[in-house]
Amino acid sequence: MATKGNLKRIAIEPVTRIEGHGKVTLMVDEEGHVKQARMHVVEFRGFERFVQGRPYWEIPVLVQRLCGICPVSHHLAAAKAMDRIVGGENLTPTAEKMRRLMHYGQTFQSHALHFFHLVSPDLLFGFDADPAIRNVIGVAKKFPDLAVQGVMMRKYGQEIIKATAGKKIHGTGAIPGGINKNLSKEERDVFLKDIDQMMNWSVAALKIAKDYTSEHLEKLASFGSFPSNHLSLVRSDGALDLYHGNLRAKDANGKKIFDKVDYSKYLDYIAEEVRPWSYMKFPFIKSLGTETGWYRVGPLARINNCDFIDTPIAEKERKEFMKLGNGKPVNVTMAYHWARMIELLHSAEKIKELLHDKDLQGENLVVKGKRRSEGVGLLEAPRGTLFHHYKVNDDDQVVMANLIVSTTHNNEPMNRAVQKVAEEYLDGKEITEGLLNHVEVAIRAYDPCLSCATHSLGRMPLTIELIDTEGNLLDRKSRD
Amino acid sequence: MSELANKVLLIGYGNPGRCDDGLGPALAEAVEKLNIPGMTVDANYQLSVEDAEAVANHQVVIFADADSSGPEPFSFRAIEPRAYLSFSSHSLDPAAVLALAGDLFGARPEGYLFGIRGYEFDELREALTEKARANMERAVEFLQSLLAEGSFRKMATDFNGKIPLHDKEEI
Repeated sequence: MATKGNLKRIAIEPVTRIEGHGKVTLMVDEEGHVKQARMHVVEFRGFERFVQGRPYWEIPVLVQRLCGICPVSHHLAAAKAMDRIVGGENLTPTAEKMRRLMHYGQTFQSHALHFFHLVSPDLLFGFDADPAIRNVIGVAKKFPDLAVQGVMMRKYGQEIIKATAGKKIHGTGAIPGGINKNLSKEERDVFLKDIDQMMNWSVAALKIAKDYTSEHLEKLASFGSFPSNHLSLVRSDGALDLYHGNLRAKDANGKKIFDKVDYSKYLDYIAEEVRPWSYMKFPFIKSLGTETGWYRVGPLARINNCDFIDTPIAEKERKEFMKLGNGKPVNVTMAYHWARMIELLHSAEKIKELLHDKDLQGENLVVKGKRRSEGVGLLEAPRGTLFHHYKVNDDDQVVMANLIVSTTHNNEPMNRAVQKVAEEYLDGKEITEGLLNHVEVAIRAYDPCLSCATHSLGRMPLTIELIDTEGNLLDRKSRD
Repeated sequence: MSELANKVLLIGYGNPGRCDDGLGPALAEAVEKLNIPGMTVDANYQLSVEDAEAVANHQVVIFADADSSGPEPFSFRAIEPRAYLSFSSHSLDPAAVLALAGDLFGARPEGYLFGIRGYEFDELREALTEKARANMERAVEFLQSLLAEGSFRKMATDFNGKIPLHDKEEI
């Protein structure tokens, strides 16, 4: 129990239907006004140490153990870093396109899973609906076609990962300087058979997110929302690119803070603040400092930051989405879902484009060049920008590793979203289902993967405690 | 092997990077090496919604997971479809996968859960402890006897996860 002056603490622990563990502490004064919101995570660090001493070529496989939710993102980010180590960053067309296919398959299945099975219950039943109904089983019973679509889209993406990366539990597709297999015509034809269906379902899912946001904009405009900076990779010509590009950061008004930054120099632009109450660090833009330099990553930041999308249907949707910001970046937190569905559609379009590319059947898989001792690999994982940075000694052993995962970038924004929601829905005397529901909905917009951010795996019931300034437990509620 | 073996799906899940949490995938790998005709074996970090489709396409589904506090060397019990209120996609429960298979695909396969006793879960290390590996090997032997006899329900009813299986004679 912690007290601070005349504050009392409410702990919401952990948050359900996000990936991994989560715990929220709300500090309120005697009048019940929220003074501070803190999102805690249970720490299990050590992965950076775990990989030290291991040969660099093992790393793209080992890092998949970080997180069972997005192993492909870690696999590819590590492979990109190791490309630099072996001087093989200029991949062959076959290698780059195979990796891109793997990555778009990953993004497609991840966004589909999040939307259909974690978010759609909130949108279809309403934030205030009984949690007994407001879940994927409820969707399966009332909207079975939608639930089946979600399953089949997830499966389609997983099958692409299997065809490009190998086994689910032990993907080995990307290796330093390239890949270890191409895509056979037989494999390609299986995916081509269903890709139009995947695109049609993506368009339909996007419509649900778009219509919901438009119809509820008055409420959503302020729900957990605030102006923020936005960070993402952008292709050299300004296009949305989830696999490779340069770093761009924009402020809340759309002014570029930096642009065309070679990501291997990320330490010149990004730093991480340690706060004593949190295991998860708080990244910020160095030139702005800790107070104003925090930023958002992920679908919302990416759609805000890019100049255009290079696939036609998603580009049309991006233009419509950006109208929401009236010429500025969209800062509505719940618009993450709409942005995520634009990326879902974009991923389907890119998969189709790649499947028609004969380079996927090429035989030139690996390149190598001048050996280096340091490598940085970045990509846009489904949840946001993912940083992998390694140093390797002359014996090929990793001697330093630094990872900044997507959810860590969104640490400050998630805390702010929780505070905004709590200010609106907490009366200071009682923990209500409404408060719980709304806090969950706000955090879920970011699709956080806390198991990844904290390097741990686990399960989570939901517990809330209300404690007064004397440390007495005033109220407690749990949800299994 | 009984004819039932052709209709059985085994899914081992867990994180091999967390010591004994990798018992499920390790069991799946060991069973896969047996090349049991027609038997489908899968492994992943966790169960997820798309597993419902694969589950719906089999008559018998065996979920294999590490168990941090269950009986040694393992438990084996029947499970029924059950919708959990607050599960995350990260750790979808086997009973919830069965429920989704029923709700989405109209399938009611028999579901069983292998809980293989593990001991070390917190350390970041890609290896089973010696005791856990021995438990896993016992579980493989048990599975082979199940497939040979095709008596899943009876075995699970007899033990139902309550009685530790100390040695093969008890089976």
